[in-house]
Amino acid sequence: MTPPRFRLWGHRALLALVLALIANLGAAKEAVQVGEEPWVEARMLHLSEELRCLVCQNETLASSRAELANDLRSEVRGLVKAGKTDTEIKDYLVARYGDFVLYRPEVKPVTWLLWFGPFAVLLGAIAMGWFYVRERQKQTGHTALSEAQRARADHVLNPTDHP
Amino acid sequence: MRVRVCRHSATMRKIILIPLGLFVVLLVFLAIGLKRDPREIPSPLVNRPAPAFSLQTLQSGQGLFSPDSMRGKVWMLNVWATWCAACQQEHPVLVAFAREGLVPLVGLSYKEVQASDEPAGKPMNPEDKLAMARQRSLTWLRVKGDPYSLVAMDLDGRVGIDYGVYGVPETYVIDKNGVIRYKQIGAVTPALLEEKIRPLIQELNRS
Repeated sequence: MTPPRFRLWGHRALLALVLALIANLGAAKEAVQVGEEPWVEARMLHLSEELRCLVCQNETLASSRAELANDLRSEVRGLVKAGKTDTEIKDYLVARYGDFVLYRPEVKPVTWLLWFGPFAVLLGAIAMGWFYVRERQKQTGHTALSEAQRARADHVLNPTDHP
Repeated sequence: MRVRVCRHSATMRKIILIPLGLFVVLLVFLAIGLKRDPREIPSPLVNRPAPAFSLQTLQSGQGLFSPDSMRGKVWMLNVWATWCAACQQEHPVLVAFAREGLVPLVGLSYKEVQASDEPAGKPMNPEDKLAMARQRSLTWLRVKGDPYSLVAMDLDGRVGIDYGVYGVPETYVIDKNGVIRYKQIGAVTPALLEEKIRPLIQELNRS
């Protein structure tokens, strides 16, 4: 059995760990600042989910802690307060940073390949598979032996039956 | 006589080459993707008018600077900050280029005073920020040389947002009509100056 003193030490270590974690919770800077009005904040967050942070490119604007992301969130907040629609706000950012800021790029001729390319490849694969199977079936048709061939094969394979 | 069992026809063999072909195309795309710099995002601002602004400059007595005052001139706008590591690399290139006097080079000091410079929980007031930014930038330029004809102070980064700045340094070439003709993201290198920027400026200066 563990001596009591060691068990006490274990408890202290655990307590220290918990305290450190609690202290850390306070110190950790939240990516999203809490704004004044909840509805502004809600719309800003909703929009930011669909916008890319340009500094850390695989993060959304909502989750990024980069300085620029912070600035852009407050910019979006300002636009929301100014009564701009979601489309207007997205256009505002696209005009400055390009389509790349959108996680869901617009459907337009330039992005057709991006949107429909995978489906085109899938259709191609299905067509190819179908063609392949059909060819196979055509091929197997040739393997049937004529009556004469069958007799001859029989003769070759079982010579004893035909003296 | 041979018995014929399932031999592939000529078309069949060709069809089997299609997936191989597609795979090669995919490989080519992946190879190109590997070589591309993900930070280079095509800017929608090229061939658009340079966004207007009006900002304090580095020299306190100079008044406000606005891009309108550069009408009729080909000029360059270079976004920089003393905290930006790549700007240090770029700086000697700019100093050498500015010495030629080909075009005016305007600096845009981007968020010189960062949130981390402010005392915790207490944002600095704009005057203190401006004073701190000026003092830091002036010292930096005194030590490393000053390539700028003037420097506009974008303290809160709002002008940076209008110019689509997302990584300092960035450099713009703007023509006589105030239209952005080129945008460079990241440090300007001597090779880039020779191959892209100088020919473009010469062409723009002629027109």
